[in-house]
Amino acid sequence: MEQLSIWLRQPWPWYVAGPLIGLTVPLLLVLGNKTFGISASLRHVCAACIPANIPFFTYEWEKEKWNLVFALGILLGGFLAMTFMRDSTAVTVHPRLVNELAGYGIHDYSSLIPGELFSWQQLLTVRGLIMMAGGGFLVGFGTRYAGGCTSGHSIMGLASLQWPSLAATCCFMAGGFIMANLILPFILSL
Amino acid sequence: MLKYLLAGIAFGIILVKAELISWFRIQEMFRLQSFHLYGIIGSAVVTGMIAVMLIKKFGIKTIRGEAIHIPDKKFHKGNIYGGLIFGLGWALTGACPGPLLAQAGGGATVIVITLLSAVAGTWVYGKLRERLPH
Repeated sequence: MEQLSIWLRQPWPWYVAGPLIGLTVPLLLVLGNKTFGISASLRHVCAACIPANIPFFTYEWEKEKWNLVFALGILLGGFLAMTFMRDSTAVTVHPRLVNELAGYGIHDYSSLIPGELFSWQQLLTVRGLIMMAGGGFLVGFGTRYAGGCTSGHSIMGLASLQWPSLAATCCFMAGGFIMANLILPFILSL
Repeated sequence: MLKYLLAGIAFGIILVKAELISWFRIQEMFRLQSFHLYGIIGSAVVTGMIAVMLIKKFGIKTIRGEAIHIPDKKFHKGNIYGGLIFGLGWALTGACPGPLLAQAGGGATVIVITLLSAVAGTWVYGKLRERLPH
């Protein structure tokens, strides 16, 4: 029992977490013919709150309520896991990354989300504004333009052998590599 | 609806426990410094693929007895352009939409701003949709 509790508090290895994430695909299909995809919830929020007569947002979003409930569940799950299922050990990060980030004054590895970059105080800085507000905008715009995010394309789409999802996934990765290696260094040094 | 809430809670817990919500892990992935996220995404895809194959092979139905149907995605240029734009945002925020929700729920309240920006981005896409190449 004690071992179980220790295990629950430690980070899970990829070969445990990955298959569990993959099982979300059949779970949602069997529960009610739902296709796994999280970024769609952002569209439903637009349709529900600010449709503004835009054709893309005028549809019966009520039929997709399950997706918003699922999104709310992720929020709650995040709360439960961060509150009850974490030990206080710092995140172990590759030494080269530690070295690189030290150059930008980032030293705190106590949290999964670096407080030195993502906090209300940082939101008032140019760097923080670009990373939080700008980054969020790119995520919202890009996922809808691409027709899905990591869950809808990279997991659901690839699992059901849809080649447009493979194209999208390759572009997600390409965009990520370009940002992390070529653009982010400039933003972090702001 | 309760079942989808529970499924979401389970998914949110996994995202945290897998450290998928960590900005650091995403940076490692895009610098090829760790296998962790590649292992997660790869094994998730393989698991999902096997499950979808089994569902099709054995004609497994939903809990209400309906036939399971997976709609086909059609290719359009947005898969490319939108994909690249999302990729940029993914490395910047260190999170895709699911992890953003888990981060906000997990106590990083400022991520609510990132989520609101993502809603704004989605809305602007909807507004400009007709004028963008697809």
